[in-house]
Amino acid sequence: MTLVLVLTVGVLYGCGVYLILQRNLSRIVIGLAMIGHGANLLLLVAGGRAGEAPIAGVGEAPFADPLPQALALTAIVITFGVSAFLLTLAYRSWMLSQSDEVEDDVEDRRIAEKTLERRGR
Amino acid sequence: MTLVTLPIVIPLLAAAISSMLGSFPRVRRWLGVVALLANTVASVILLTRVADGSIHVVHVGNWDWPLGITLVADPLAAIMVAVSAVMLLAVLVYAIGSPKTEDTFTFFHPVYLILAAGVSASFLTGDLFNLFVAFEITLTASYVLITFGGAREQVRHGITYIVISLVASSLFITAVALVYAATGTVNMADLSLKLAEIDPGLRAGLGALFLVVFGIKAAIFPLFFWLPDSYPTAPSPVTAIFAGLLTKVGVYAIIRTHTLLFGESGPSTVLLVIASLTMIVGVLGAIAQNDVKRILSFHIISQIGYMIFGLGLFTVAGLAATVFYVVHHIIVKTTLFLVGGLIEERTGTASLRYLGGMLHLSPVLAVLFLLPALSLAGIPPLSGFVAKLGLVQAGLEIGSYPTVIVSLVVSALTLFSMTKIWAGVFWGKPEAVRVGDQGRMRLAPLMLAPTVFLVAASLAFVVAAAPLYELGRTAAEALIDPATYISAVTQR
Repeated sequence: MTLVLVLTVGVLYGCGVYLILQRNLSRIVIGLAMIGHGANLLLLVAGGRAGEAPIAGVGEAPFADPLPQALALTAIVITFGVSAFLLTLAYRSWMLSQSDEVEDDVEDRRIAEKTLERRGR
Repeated sequence: MTLVTLPIVIPLLAAAISSMLGSFPRVRRWLGVVALLANTVASVILLTRVADGSIHVVHVGNWDWPLGITLVADPLAAIMVAVSAVMLLAVLVYAIGSPKTEDTFTFFHPVYLILAAGVSASFLTGDLFNLFVAFEITLTASYVLITFGGAREQVRHGITYIVISLVASSLFITAVALVYAATGTVNMADLSLKLAEIDPGLRAGLGALFLVVFGIKAAIFPLFFWLPDSYPTAPSPVTAIFAGLLTKVGVYAIIRTHTLLFGESGPSTVLLVIASLTMIVGVLGAIAQNDVKRILSFHIISQIGYMIFGLGLFTVAGLAATVFYVVHHIIVKTTLFLVGGLIEERTGTASLRYLGGMLHLSPVLAVLFLLPALSLAGIPPLSGFVAKLGLVQAGLEIGSYPTVIVSLVVSALTLFSMTKIWAGVFWGKPEAVRVGDQGRMRLAPLMLAPTVFLVAASLAFVVAAAPLYELGRTAAEALIDPATYISAVTQR
């Protein structure tokens, strides 16, 4: 079970990184969400083996480690909020430029223009 | 002992109330100012309590250590909280005076107060996962502040900033998960004990991962590229507080993790090399720029190099110089950005191509710019000189000559690029100034007052340099020997 989880974490991180390296903003958002899910699963894996529900006085040991679950829950909430913000920003960007692509860096554009000017001379 | 929680609780409560006061802008302003004033008072009292080197600890919710979240106020954390509280207050007054900031954005006050709470929480926390949460609080507020208004440039640069920060946050979670898998705890004092027992290779790997995470936030070489791109597009008060505080939260986290969790004894070559490269690349970038805010943004990077330099030496003298440098930098950098904002307010542009002759138009602004600019370059007797002298002395003691030479050359280049702003903005004929429709003939007094106050504060900082340096030394001694920190946290 742990091996399956570890492999899933790897696949999620891999796909996420690939998507972040794309130019389309929607893909970047999805990529970030995938890495976020990967990180949450990794937190669960970090908690060790699965066990009984960790409620005092109920059930028998070995219990599952409750802390990573609490951490993952916090991380999920944060990822959720930030993803929502990023989506609205992506929508705003689409409204302004009518395209989903992340625009060029201003500095890069300036350098590129200068190089073209030099060549023109 | 509740004093430790106040710098987090006050701004957070005020933010909650402030968000409900949408139809009372005047009340909201006063609430923000009063809350941050109370925050400043609480932080300064906290600082006086720990100034003797003692460490105040609060176990939130009274959970037994190491189960709950721990808040720890050691001298370094208290210094950072106090300085940032003063900056947050000054910049809030500036923002209230600045016509563009409040009018375009109704939620400025609550978001700003949340940022204040997040910054305090990052400094005071003694728990690695809680540090992540504090970072997220700060960053989420900063995402909103950097893109508010929603202009095209802001959205474009805001997206870079947010995506980079989110990647760093994902790495942070990953690093926390790996540390938890290796040690079974996220409490920093507990980690300090348990990380010492694990395989040194694994420990070094985890340390490197954290260095990358905090390096992105602190904008060290080679992870700085996002900063000069995203900072200058935000409104001046926002840029000023980001420049003063946000990268320093990253630097603080690097200092904390390096001294408490992943420290070795003796100087760290990796950090010294990173420091040198950060200094050089930052200042070279600044020289190539043509816009006041962009020049200043590149200088942030170069200055971060100096802070990492002191940490890399890993001696009491080096760390004391770093602490002094961080405080000096927060004050001076915030002031310079506020002056940059005033120049923009006065003329309608921040580009050196269109500016000139401000010396005749506004001699006050010239003085306000000159003092922090010379301080940044390290001209005696200003605070930058004291900070750099401390670093150079500490470097020579250890015999780390290459980094010392780099730091001296870089400060000469800093002076060069400051004279570039000076020549471009203040010298020349006043006719050259385009006072467009955006430019205003008189500066708002509420914008001028905090700027003057901060310049005066940086001068007072020089006068009181000796006791403040002593304070830095106390903080450094507490950092270099984590035993006091650990024993303060482990026994209630």
